[in-house]
Amino acid sequence: MSDQFVFAMEVTLNGLMAGVLYALVALGFVLIYKASGIFNFAQGVMALFAAMTLVGIMNGQVPFAHLINATFGTDLHHFGWHLPALLAIALTVGVMVLLAWCVQRFVFRHLVGQEPIILFMATIGLAYFLEGVADLMWGSEIKTLDVCLFGETGCLPQGINETIDTVTYGWFGYGFFIDNLDITATIVAAILVIALIAFSQYTKQGRALRAVADDHQAALSVGISLNFIWVLVWSLAGFVALVAGIMWGAKSGVQFSLSLIALKALPVLMLGGFTSIPGAIVGGLIIGVGEKLFEFAIGAPFLGGATENWFAYVLALVFLVFRPQGLFGEKIIERV
Amino acid sequence: MLDASEGYTTADGRKIGGVVMEMKNITLRFGGVKAITDISFDIREGEIRAIIGPNGAGKSSMLNVMSGFYVPQEGEVWFRGKPRPQMKPYEVARQGIARTFQNIALFEGMSVLDNVMTGRLTHMRTGMFSQALWKGRAEAEETANREIAEKIIDFLEIQAIRKTPVARLPYGLKKRVELARALAAEPKLLLLDEPMAGMNVEEKEDMSRFILDVNDEFGTTIALIEHDMGVVMDLSDRVVVMDYGKKIGDGTPDEVRNNQEVIDAYLGVEHD
Repeated sequence: MSDQFVFAMEVTLNGLMAGVLYALVALGFVLIYKASGIFNFAQGVMALFAAMTLVGIMNGQVPFAHLINATFGTDLHHFGWHLPALLAIALTVGVMVLLAWCVQRFVFRHLVGQEPIILFMATIGLAYFLEGVADLMWGSEIKTLDVCLFGETGCLPQGINETIDTVTYGWFGYGFFIDNLDITATIVAAILVIALIAFSQYTKQGRALRAVADDHQAALSVGISLNFIWVLVWSLAGFVALVAGIMWGAKSGVQFSLSLIALKALPVLMLGGFTSIPGAIVGGLIIGVGEKLFEFAIGAPFLGGATENWFAYVLALVFLVFRPQGLFGEKIIERV
Repeated sequence: MLDASEGYTTADGRKIGGVVMEMKNITLRFGGVKAITDISFDIREGEIRAIIGPNGAGKSSMLNVMSGFYVPQEGEVWFRGKPRPQMKPYEVARQGIARTFQNIALFEGMSVLDNVMTGRLTHMRTGMFSQALWKGRAEAEETANREIAEKIIDFLEIQAIRKTPVARLPYGLKKRVELARALAAEPKLLLLDEPMAGMNVEEKEDMSRFILDVNDEFGTTIALIEHDMGVVMDLSDRVVVMDYGKKIGDGTPDEVRNNQEVIDAYLGVEHD
């Protein structure tokens, strides 16, 4: 087997893994868009906020420490405890649910029936506000995220997977470098998607969620509270953001550039369609593989590299021209 | 007029019971425009009550007041012997008032069965956490609700399209699915907004038969709005006639038919 082909295989595998992380962010967008027609620009910031909150709670950081110290002349920084990860995750989920409730109660409840562009602008405002709140609450320094579920064990693995390295070396005479963290992210994402689909298909709230996504008026007439469903869906998106935040945070540290990953979800959504959960997954994988392969085959040898920054957007543009509803999105029919 | 406290017996021998819903001096305005002016009437248990009137008479507005979609500026809605506080439409639905829409509001992406199952949502007790924890109980509940949904599907003769996505159905069948979803809630009061609008003669006959059968079989109290006077007269026990937002007649079909004001209202507008 030629070296080029083996390299391409490794690149493809890595692309798939990167795609899973894109898909995780895109998933949060799809959930909210489907249920409320809001394109939530703040999804990436929510991932950042969730990751920062998790680190903060785990390390026993005092939230708003700077603000409190400046106001009351105290010198608080840490509570002096270190919470177990599982408890910290549970608390962070609580914070995200609270955030969902606040967003619905104080922003979107007052914007019901407004134009999509106004809702979109509101989410941009929300994004920057939330970024500010995150800064104020937990400080702006880069933090490392080491999550160990059970004391010293069950940690998020770091480094290269040795088994894959050895096995592929045996097959091709060349060991693949695959991150353990990426493999974990893939498994977690798969579980998350299965859980979400099971939730929407087989539970009362899931059925109500699909009903609201389909027709607001009809949903009201069968006794569904739109407000409750919207809080629920923002909570779900918050949970997805937390998972994405943990994975990205563990990979590249919890820092403010994390919120920029939201932008990579845009081309993913254009490929997969804004309303499809499977679409978000497949779109994420195509973007992940596409940009890595393009960089490997054309970008690095002929264009001087760094094509990963823009390839996804060009691919999305091509899709916009030929299939504007995405691969799995609902067909857009304009009646004249 | 009929006695308000006791109920009555219809011409075909059905016993009509006490008052289920009473509208008291309802006035509804949109800005400066009065859609409904000081209208009162009641709906009794087990009856088929119609609200008729020419286009723009305020019939749909009245139904939207009854189902909580509009809040009247004046007047009270009494439901089952109590004045109803201001409620959201979903709270009204949870009280046991189901409705259909003139322009059909179905969940287009879902199958017929799923649509009918959403009608059962108000009867489902177990929440999402108990559904995850006590799988058995949730399954038993799902099965029980499913049985009721299937019974209604059989009753309305839509078994053949149970699994079809609603978006693919023709208009007449969609209307029937919407009726099925409303019935699935086992409502204490069923509100039908122009159930026969846009139908051909054959479909209208089918729908009339289903409305009569539903009332007969389940004893459901039905209030319906209709534009076509002929259909309503055969169907309903008592009729309210509206014109320009005012009530101009109320009584049995025969009484209404011979009411001069009603005749004028109907002759005064052009028919299509």
